[in-house]
Amino acid sequence: MASQEMEELVRREYKEGFVTDIESETVPPGLDEDTIAFISKKKGEPEWMLEWRLKAYHQWLKMTPPSWAHLDYPPIDYQAISYYSAPKRPEDRPQSLDEVDPKLLETYEKLGIPLHERAALAGVAVDAVFDSVSVTTTFKEKLQEAGVIFCSISEAIRDYPELVQQYLGSVVPQGDNYFAALNSAVFTDGSFVFVPEGVTCPMELSTYFRINAANTGQFERTLIVCESRAEVSYLEGCTAPQRDENQLHAAVVELVALDDAKIKYSTVQNWYPGDEDGKGGIYNFVTKRGDCRGDRSHISWTQVETGSAITWKYPSCMLRGRDSVGEFYSVAVTNGRQQADTGTKMIHIGEGTRSTIVSKGIAAGRSDQSYRGLVKVGPRAKNARNFTQCDSLLIGDTCGAHTFPYQEIGNSSAKVEHEATTSKIGEDQLFYCQSRGIGEEDAVNMIVNGFCKDVFQELPMEFAVEAEALLNVTLEGAVG
Amino acid sequence: MSDEQRFLDRLAERNAQRGDEPTWIAARRQAGAARFEALGFPHRRIEEWKYTDVRDIARSDFALATDAEFSPATAAALTLPLDAYRLTFVDGVFAPALSDLGALPEGVQVLPLSRALEENHEAVGGPLGRLTGVDFSSFAALNTAFMEEGAVVRLAPRTVVDKPIVLQFLSRAGEQEVMSHPRILVEAGGRSEATLIEHHVGEDGAANFTNLVEEIILERGAILTHYKLQEAPLKDRHIASIHIEQARDSRYVSFNLNLGGGLVRNDLVSDLNGEGAEAIYNGLFYGQGRQHVDNHTLVNHNALRTFSRENYKGILDDRAHGVFNGKVIVKRDSQQIEAEQSNANLLLSDRAEIDTKPELEIYADDVKCAHGATTGQLDEEAVYALRTRGIDEQTARGLLTLAFAGEVMELVDLDAVSERVELAVAGKLPERFNLAGLVETASAFNEG
Repeated sequence: MASQEMEELVRREYKEGFVTDIESETVPPGLDEDTIAFISKKKGEPEWMLEWRLKAYHQWLKMTPPSWAHLDYPPIDYQAISYYSAPKRPEDRPQSLDEVDPKLLETYEKLGIPLHERAALAGVAVDAVFDSVSVTTTFKEKLQEAGVIFCSISEAIRDYPELVQQYLGSVVPQGDNYFAALNSAVFTDGSFVFVPEGVTCPMELSTYFRINAANTGQFERTLIVCESRAEVSYLEGCTAPQRDENQLHAAVVELVALDDAKIKYSTVQNWYPGDEDGKGGIYNFVTKRGDCRGDRSHISWTQVETGSAITWKYPSCMLRGRDSVGEFYSVAVTNGRQQADTGTKMIHIGEGTRSTIVSKGIAAGRSDQSYRGLVKVGPRAKNARNFTQCDSLLIGDTCGAHTFPYQEIGNSSAKVEHEATTSKIGEDQLFYCQSRGIGEEDAVNMIVNGFCKDVFQELPMEFAVEAEALLNVTLEGAVG
Repeated sequence: MSDEQRFLDRLAERNAQRGDEPTWIAARRQAGAARFEALGFPHRRIEEWKYTDVRDIARSDFALATDAEFSPATAAALTLPLDAYRLTFVDGVFAPALSDLGALPEGVQVLPLSRALEENHEAVGGPLGRLTGVDFSSFAALNTAFMEEGAVVRLAPRTVVDKPIVLQFLSRAGEQEVMSHPRILVEAGGRSEATLIEHHVGEDGAANFTNLVEEIILERGAILTHYKLQEAPLKDRHIASIHIEQARDSRYVSFNLNLGGGLVRNDLVSDLNGEGAEAIYNGLFYGQGRQHVDNHTLVNHNALRTFSRENYKGILDDRAHGVFNGKVIVKRDSQQIEAEQSNANLLLSDRAEIDTKPELEIYADDVKCAHGATTGQLDEEAVYALRTRGIDEQTARGLLTLAFAGEVMELVDLDAVSERVELAVAGKLPERFNLAGLVETASAFNEG
């Protein structure tokens, strides 16, 4: 490809970068007990919730940010962040799409996700999160019929306090890690899903996250509970407008699967990665953990990570129940000056537990990417099995790809396998495609998509298409 | 009194007995002590020491041995039956009576460190400490503070040594636990070739502490095969920091065989600084009882077209704890690299534990790097298959365990060494068996 063309592609502005002008009701930057009390009051939370938040805050004060990750970023000033932002008029929430602020709908249009169309065509219920307050929830009635609860976490705290109290923090405790503690203190929204015994959720549930107001960190809290023999598939996807200052995102996702329950959680993450000098871009520090509490329960994480300046994310499974299964499928792409330290943890506690890890990393530009994973087999996890495959693809000689797989095996009946490779795109593969008239960039896209196939086929249909497109967009200008 | 202070007091005691030393030695001794004091003993919150607790060393009070007396009969039984050039140290003290250098070929020097310093201390002072400085670890700093004995091996360019060079370290059982801080320096000239065997062994019941630092410099085209056969008594503590610097087209082959020691930690670091340099790491660790064996390896690919291949096998029984951390770093612009890394572990008991972490850090794109780690157990069907052929269960398990180690052991071409390993891993096998044939059969079962 001509170098000039390439330059243009590299300089191409972030397609999803635009700012919607909505007056936010925002608290001044800073974090103390008053901020937390304000958030709690604003959300109309009961007293126990405020106490729960404060407990997390006090634990957070005693903690220090983790420094073990293969990441390089300046220290974050937590007092310079504003912890609450809600679209105006939270009291008169729209009941249907017609009542939604037209500016909001416009934003969705720009993103290429016509909410109503999408919901109707794909049969997907959407709990759209715009900044911190859920704006609209569709298909609620259909879900209600099935007995599935799908609402924002704030609503859940108000309407289903006993469920929330029972499960919130039971997978990721308040003091679990620095960012989880921060999230526990200040989370403003997120989703709550409860699938009762024996129910298979009639549709795939999906939430679109979008960070909007400048200087506002977004602290989502998601809790998904599947009772015995219940099943749900949950989709999470996000984009963010272009910003100059770093935006902090510290989400917590908790999954609980009881006996024979099945949860599939898929993510496409495409937040603003920063400009060509690495300026701006989202800091994405996420704690995601699934608890296979019941026998034969099944939790599966699938992620496509293409955005964010910094990614710090390790979706994990606690395999407690007998014969429970954990899965992790991941594609992470970094370009420009992006940095990602991501992977998974599979903690085998129960007998006969099994886990599979497939991780594909693609590094281009001047980015740095690490796979960091832990497979732990406890002394009681008889006949535990794990298979791990993690491959890295390097595009260009200025990026870095690293693998840090930890294995801690304390049971002689365990079978644990780890394989990893690091290589560049084969010259012969490229030549083969080009000799058949396929342009270089298309050939690279094709090879990269093939490299990621094992993961893409785990994604729900709608996401799989989006993910491939996203991958191509992210790598544009990376090859020459 | 802090643990560190106890060691520093021992150092002060020893320093008071020392005669005049060249100023550079005194200065390094001081730097080592200062660094050790600043770092303190490592603890498990340090990533490099996450799985290894050294409190058993830190809390002990070790004296320094003053003589090298050792029963000749015991020594003879422990010594590898090999025709070799041999230096022997007893608790770190040079034992001339148990050493045999015969007539060294021209261009080969094998000396105790103390003698090398007497002869020409400046020639030692140059390379010593260049690869493993006091910053490497608090154990390297401690070694530098205490260094006084060890071995210097020098090979002139184009020298091919006809017999293996054996450095034998004997550990004595006694009322007072002792420590030693041996220092080994190997300088292999261009296109020289040698086999170095480092053998750690001792009397049953010994509970000493060996803190070894070893620096190996391979000039252009030099080839060194390095056996480290660690059969220390089961209560011995053994820490080794080995650093290899490789120039263009040099080749370093390591056999890091760990059978003994209660608490063992090996750090093996290669700097592949010249194009075409090659590092082959073969490792085996066998743990039983409450043994703790930790192997950390690091290969730095600092130049174009450098190669590394690593294969470590771990066998853990009873409540033994094994640790493997293999790291490959490919520096920016070090293109056309091939690096392979594999760690396979066999757990023979429910209470044994293995923590393994094969790491890759890669900053260049034209590379072929792969690593793998597996953990499993003996195939019960293979045990059954052997039993149907009239082999008792214990022997069958022994044979299969041996077969698991086969990939590494078949590369060992010194019978004296492989016999020691076979005995430790499989126990004494009935003589009527054709061992080689059976191991082959067992390998076939393992693969099938």
